Amino acid sequence: MMRNSYLMKQKSKGIALSVVGILVSLAFLFPYVTMFLTALKPKADITDIPPTYLPKAWEWDNFIKVFQELPFGMYLRSTILISVCTMIVGLLAAIPAGYYLARNHFRFRTAFLLLVVVTQMFSPTTLLIGIYREMSVLHLIDSYLGLIIINASFNLAFSVWILSSFFKSIPLEIEEAASIDGATRFQTFRKISLPLALPGIMTTAIFTFIAAWNEYVVAYTLASSPSKQPFSVGLSLLIGYYEVKWNYLFAGSLIAIIPIIILFITIEKYLVSGLTAGSVK
Amino acid sequence: MSTKVYKKGSTLQALPWLGPALFLIFGFVLWPTAELFLMSFRKVSISGVIKGWAGFNNYRALFDNGDLSGTLKRTAIWLLVVVSATMAISLPLAQLMNAKFRGQKFLRYSVIVPWAASLVITATSWKWILDAYYGIFNNILRDLHIIKEPIDVLGNPNTAFIALLVVGVLVSLPFTSYVLLAGLQSIPHDILEAAKVDGAGAWKGYWAIIFPLLRPAFLVAAVINSVYVFNSFPIIWVMTQGGPGYETDTTTTFAYKIAFRDQDIGQSASLAVGNFLIILIFIMLFLKLSKWRELDQQ
Repeated sequence: MMRNSYLMKQKSKGIALSVVGILVSLAFLFPYVTMFLTALKPKADITDIPPTYLPKAWEWDNFIKVFQELPFGMYLRSTILISVCTMIVGLLAAIPAGYYLARNHFRFRTAFLLLVVVTQMFSPTTLLIGIYREMSVLHLIDSYLGLIIINASFNLAFSVWILSSFFKSIPLEIEEAASIDGATRFQTFRKISLPLALPGIMTTAIFTFIAAWNEYVVAYTLASSPSKQPFSVGLSLLIGYYEVKWNYLFAGSLIAIIPIIILFITIEKYLVSGLTAGSVK
Repeated sequence: MSTKVYKKGSTLQALPWLGPALFLIFGFVLWPTAELFLMSFRKVSISGVIKGWAGFNNYRALFDNGDLSGTLKRTAIWLLVVVSATMAISLPLAQLMNAKFRGQKFLRYSVIVPWAASLVITATSWKWILDAYYGIFNNILRDLHIIKEPIDVLGNPNTAFIALLVVGVLVSLPFTSYVLLAGLQSIPHDILEAAKVDGAGAWKGYWAIIFPLLRPAFLVAAVINSVYVFNSFPIIWVMTQGGPGYETDTTTTFAYKIAFRDQDIGQSASLAVGNFLIILIFIMLFLKLSKWRELDQQ
């Protein structure tokens, strides 16, 4: 009897938790579900007063029509270009730094670490005028290169941090064995450590890619010609128009965020550690 | 690992490895920072041409700006309300995310969505939800018989600011609750079990045993979140552009408006310098709290 009532209690506690869990989940998903339902509405439904909760007709081809109705393809092209290049530039800078930090003691090590931690918390939003000024000196206003290099620089710290901890987890003996076999320092790095750190490299690649994909304020300020604007900027300018095509706007938005959410979930395990400079693991 | 495993290297040897990272940090983070400080002391024409030095004139113009004091007050409220509400909600949320139940994975993934999704897109969706004519927020309130006439939430400065606060909290929660979840996961299982006395003891057990162990994660999350919230631009910009007028501006959007609408780069730079100094205070707090040195000592 006793045991039975204990089990009953545990079971009902589990159900109660599930109900609360689902309700909280829905609260977080609410704006995205609304976006999804709006994306599926026919054009005429959008301006219904009062609006309907569900589409009267489910227009799945809005997800294709968006490429004709809005300059969505153009925005997507710029976004992909900027994000991929930011990812590459970021990796090229962070991989050697992460490796060297993991394996060496050098004179300015503490100073370098401090520099990385401090600049991790600098934000382009605050420094916007400085960035604008520098970019105009370098003739990089309204260029992909300007956006790429700013994105790569401001997201470097996360990558250095994560990569250094991945490289450190590789047993030193493996590298030593290689160097006994006559491999040079760089060969050891390239042939042994780099492949072993691949999960860390993937994590930082994805993180940098997403950060560039979602970046707004710098692109909004620097990218003045529509062909250079990433999706975030294009979208925010489209809502300024007199007649907003909300259904297409949201269809495009969903296409732009769903792959990102999936990628983000794959690196979830490392996000906290990378963003708190290893303070919380 | 002892320090012996490290190879000693000269500074010159380090350069090829650290060079690219140093180039990006000095070239594109610290250079703009220096430019910002210089700009705040420069005389800049409306078309953006530098006309020499201005001394403290930009700062004087900023203090004479009639919209400054309201914006400062609002920024303080924004920071205080969003960060404290976020932290207060994150504690039980992290607890829920750590509990075992059917649907736990779904909850964790749902919480991550506002973090992963572009803030511009999230803010756009809220703008649409709150639209006075076509938005479903009014519809829901009407169907629940709470209101009769639709309200223009974003058109009225008070309700608009409340809406911004709510959305600000919703997009801050993922980061803080994931940090606290990581903190919870690092607490040994038997300690968690010990604190889990049924009934009135559970609440006491939480504050006596679990929260003290979570405190480091809690403080780190609060400080980093403060920086994010203080810098928050897309939400306010997309939902209200700081309007009506300047009624929902924080110092971040206000600085943007002064620079790119009023075309007063110098004055905007002086406000941005102030913003930067506030961020520096948070950075110092973070350095005190964080374990960044551990990477150094290991």
